[in-house]
Amino acid sequence: MAMIDPSTLQTIEAPAMHIPDGFLSGPVAGVGFALAGVAIGFAVWRTNRTLGERFVPLMGVMAAFIFAAQMMNFPVAGGTSGHMVGGALAAILLGPWAAMIAMTSVVGVQALIFQDGGLAALGTNVFNMAVVACLVGYAVHAGFIRFSHLAPWVRYAAAFAAAWLSVEAAAIACSFELALSDTSPLNVALPAMLGVHAAIGVGEGLITVAAVAFVAATRPDLVVAQVPVTED
Amino acid sequence: MKRRHYLGLLVVGMGIALFITLFSPLASSEPDGLEKVAENEGFIAQAEDAPYEVIADYVLPGVDNEHLATVLAGIIGIVVVAAVALVFAFLLWRLRGAQRPTSSGGRPG
Repeated sequence: MAMIDPSTLQTIEAPAMHIPDGFLSGPVAGVGFALAGVAIGFAVWRTNRTLGERFVPLMGVMAAFIFAAQMMNFPVAGGTSGHMVGGALAAILLGPWAAMIAMTSVVGVQALIFQDGGLAALGTNVFNMAVVACLVGYAVHAGFIRFSHLAPWVRYAAAFAAAWLSVEAAAIACSFELALSDTSPLNVALPAMLGVHAAIGVGEGLITVAAVAFVAATRPDLVVAQVPVTED
Repeated sequence: MKRRHYLGLLVVGMGIALFITLFSPLASSEPDGLEKVAENEGFIAQAEDAPYEVIADYVLPGVDNEHLATVLAGIIGIVVVAAVALVFAFLLWRLRGAQRPTSSGGRPG
């Protein structure tokens, strides 16, 4: 094979967590679509029964904000950049099922209109960023927020932990998909992906905390649903 | 009163998203997460070009100023994404299967 000209590498788009076509084998891409389809189907079923009126504008706003935030690549160490995924933030403010649908809107538009993430890889990208990130972000936040009565900062620690772990979980999923596709062995892809996204996750955590703090300060009614009933 | 509440949420939220987009030309263009790993581990060349391009790389085609092209691409994306999510959410809310109130009280789906 001919030498690869490094200058051409820069033009290939493979943003932080968006898998381009060519990285995944057919079976992995197919399973990605199947898993994403089952999860989104369940999310539709759940939200279809319980979605409150106030979630309609909130889902649109969250999707728009996350799309904008994902465009803002911030530098992390070692000539690398990263951008927010937003799954944890969406899950904290919308609950996991409505968040999945908002995130799917973002990832779908990115693939179909902005060629960010491959078409064959769309199911896998939805699975990583809309399903895994939202579920892990929600679960971590729900676990921590039970202690929010102990100190006011627990809420922000919960948001940070949810955001950081959601990015790492999506990176783990991505590593397994690359390994199962014979693109990169797991013992190479997993530490590399976890390492890069440990740094990106800090940015994710800070933005998520700032966004949760902003919403809590301006529209506290939008976050109360996620906090267990207390005497305040 | 309630409607105004939702309208305000939409206007302020969309305003924040659009405001962020104004700064999108400042975004780092270093290779990011997966891209960096793919370069280091030597599988970046496996990436295939998209079969078609609409607004590839978040740069609106036909606009000479690249900063302007990026901001315009962002604005288009925000409007499209918000519209898709709103329509999706509106349909889910409108077509609610069970109209009975949730027993757990206020927990979103």
